[in-house]
Amino acid sequence: MLALRGVEVRFGDLRAVADTDLDLAAGEMLALVGPSGCGKSTLLRAIAGLEPLVTGTISLDGDDISAAAPEARPFGLMFQDHALFPHRDVGRNVEFGLRMNEVAPVARRERVGELLELVGLAGYERRAVTTLSGGEAQRVALARALAPAPRVLLLDEPLGSLDRHLRDRLIDELPGVLEATGTAAIHVTHDHDEAFALGDRVGVMHDGRLHQTDRPAEVWAAPRSLVVARILGHTNVIEGPAGIEVWRSDAAVIDPMGDVEATVDRVHFRGVGHDVRLRTADGAGLRFVLPAAPAVGSTVRLRIDPERVIRFD
Amino acid sequence: MNRLFGLSTRGVLVVVPAAFIVAFFLYPIATILWRGLGGGGGEIFLNLAASSRQRDIAWFTIWQAIASTLLTLAVGIPAASVVARLSARRQRLIRALVTVPFVLPTVVVAGAFTEVFAVAGLDDGAFRLRHTVWAVLIAHVFFNYAVVVRAVGSYWAGLDQRVEEAARVLGANSWQTFREVTLPRLQPAVTSAAAIVFLFSFTSFGVVLILGGPRRATIETEIYRQAVTRVDLETAAALAALQLLAVLALVILSTRLERHRPIVGRGARSSRRPATPAWCWGNLIIGLVLLGGPIGVLVERSFSTGGGYAFDHYEALGERARQLPAPATTALWNSVVFAVAATALAVLVGLLASLVVVHGRRGIARIFDLGLTLPLGTSAVTIGFGMLIALNEPPLDLRTNWWIIPIAHALVGVPFVVRTMVPVLRSIDPALHEAAAVLGASPVRARREIDVPIGMRGLLVGAGFAFAVSLGEFGATSFLPRRPENLTAPIALFRLLTTPGDLLRGQAMALSVVLMVLVATAVLVIESGRRDDEGVL
Repeated sequence: MLALRGVEVRFGDLRAVADTDLDLAAGEMLALVGPSGCGKSTLLRAIAGLEPLVTGTISLDGDDISAAAPEARPFGLMFQDHALFPHRDVGRNVEFGLRMNEVAPVARRERVGELLELVGLAGYERRAVTTLSGGEAQRVALARALAPAPRVLLLDEPLGSLDRHLRDRLIDELPGVLEATGTAAIHVTHDHDEAFALGDRVGVMHDGRLHQTDRPAEVWAAPRSLVVARILGHTNVIEGPAGIEVWRSDAAVIDPMGDVEATVDRVHFRGVGHDVRLRTADGAGLRFVLPAAPAVGSTVRLRIDPERVIRFD
Repeated sequence: MNRLFGLSTRGVLVVVPAAFIVAFFLYPIATILWRGLGGGGGEIFLNLAASSRQRDIAWFTIWQAIASTLLTLAVGIPAASVVARLSARRQRLIRALVTVPFVLPTVVVAGAFTEVFAVAGLDDGAFRLRHTVWAVLIAHVFFNYAVVVRAVGSYWAGLDQRVEEAARVLGANSWQTFREVTLPRLQPAVTSAAAIVFLFSFTSFGVVLILGGPRRATIETEIYRQAVTRVDLETAAALAALQLLAVLALVILSTRLERHRPIVGRGARSSRRPATPAWCWGNLIIGLVLLGGPIGVLVERSFSTGGGYAFDHYEALGERARQLPAPATTALWNSVVFAVAATALAVLVGLLASLVVVHGRRGIARIFDLGLTLPLGTSAVTIGFGMLIALNEPPLDLRTNWWIIPIAHALVGVPFVVRTMVPVLRSIDPALHEAAAVLGASPVRARREIDVPIGMRGLLVGAGFAFAVSLGEFGATSFLPRRPENLTAPIALFRLLTTPGDLLRGQAMALSVVLMVLVATAVLVIESGRRDDEGVL
């Protein structure tokens, strides 16, 4: 449905996004993950029409929309800090896109009520947006973006400003809302856990380029490069004679017969399992999730499951 | 305040500015009101209302102020949109440049526009501008352009651009986005800028007197005509009382509006794309023609000798023209001396008053805040006229005293000092004092190390404004006793301008340029030391 080919965005001399291809199917949720400054937000803004392309095309159902103004593109955009209209109440915020699309007043009111109910804020129409909590504001922003029934919803770290509890709740609810409205979405985040939780597919960006796009389990299990592996949270990088190996955090079990000897540096209790940092005799740091906590300072032997090791040549 | 100052210093802080304002502002104002409304004045006031000439004057005063305000907004808001998208450094440069016209003496500007009309052939014929309402309106736009560009431009630059982007993505085109999203969010800045422009246009004096011609009168010029030309002090007092009440109503209304301003999200400034080149150039050209045109013509005329260019007119400034009691150079020197004295007074009173406003007990602070802003809203003519009729008998007979002029100028300057000092003092984070205390500084020491250096910048800005305002002051001075040693440059300029004759015109232009250079230097010096967020004035 949505297709990007060879897209490039520049800020002066800086190539913020370079040589990027991307495809999005109807109803699909794509999560774009990458460190801050990698160009993921810029890519999103370029899709929305807020940043002009230097080269490349963006097409929707085969029609080139690269030169279309933002208002002419059937997309919705959600910002990290909501960007609600401070001078309009909740109802008139949600109504805005409908009014711009010349929907009749009665139909507008109905649709606003419908969407507020969908995001769990039924009856909030007359509330001033300045009185909303962070989570409520984000739901209003979601309702506002969805009201004109966009083909694609673009989400620019929409959960970044929320506390963990609210984030987890919205991560739970968001797919349901998108499914109910049949909206495809591109979700930009720097948090790989959030990307895994939300994305049907996950795209990994670094230095303005899209390095890999795959199903979450696939990118995690088989990152195409060391850069991608690091962005996805893999920290155990071992340089051996056979090249570079990455040991997934679930690759180790404590086993007196194991090949790797390491001293336990620190242990953090994580509810399900323990986050254990260790150090090998030659000084390399390791980090694994283990079911039981070894004593700090003790030396343990670890067995590494070769199925859970990623190899780069 | 007890924590900060000793008891005796506190007394001085409150008493000095209070005494100054009461003696030289409130007392003259009360005299005007008493003579205009009370006693026999009541009858005159009623006669005034019955006179169709005075009704026409009142109506003209209002509608020309409304028209000036709308025109200024129409020209200034597009310019503000360009300024808001410039880099911080360029914004500062533009703000400094547009401030020069704002503080130019009204007489200089009126003279410059007269020359522009002469040069452009708009003196007469179908497109005559001289002595029309349009001349007055254009000059008002010239002056107040800076108010809109500065206030709206910096506010705009601080608005979160993403809200506009959200509107675009939701399907609003750029005009709809401006109308529905940007303009409502700009409303506080637009309203306060509009209130200031209206007030300045409503009380404009020199511009109307010179550019409006003999038939156009506002309340302001009518006060002058009645008091100075016809020496009918009672009618003048009644008019001044009317003017005062109108201004007071206006100030109350605008503070009401400000209190009801909607809460506006002012998020982090996001990167913004520059405006389109055509839009930038269009605004630049309008700004250049509007602001640069008259100044350019002025400079050109001051050097033009008919056949070529020379310093003839400047050299003539040293000789006494028949219309003047002293040579123009003497007037210039007088003006500079008056300006120094007025600045010293304004800084002293304004600084003490600012300290009271910021650190004083709430009640006193609010009274001071209001009392010190009033002279800003009061027209210069009212101030001069009030001093003329109030300070003419013991114990306060200042008619023959040299200080009467610096005092009048300082009254106009004090609000500028307070307006620039208060935000600076308020911006000093109390945590700085706590940090200094924890680091071992005594309260007095902390004050010296923190408040003095930070406050100094605001003080310099205020002083620069007071100096520039005094140099160009015309309205109040024109009411004060005319003696050779009292002749100021703007008064001399007015006489040169209103006397026919090409020779005098050349001299007038030369005198204008000298005044303009003095004022512009003061402004550019202070602008270079100014911060970004210090408001309109």
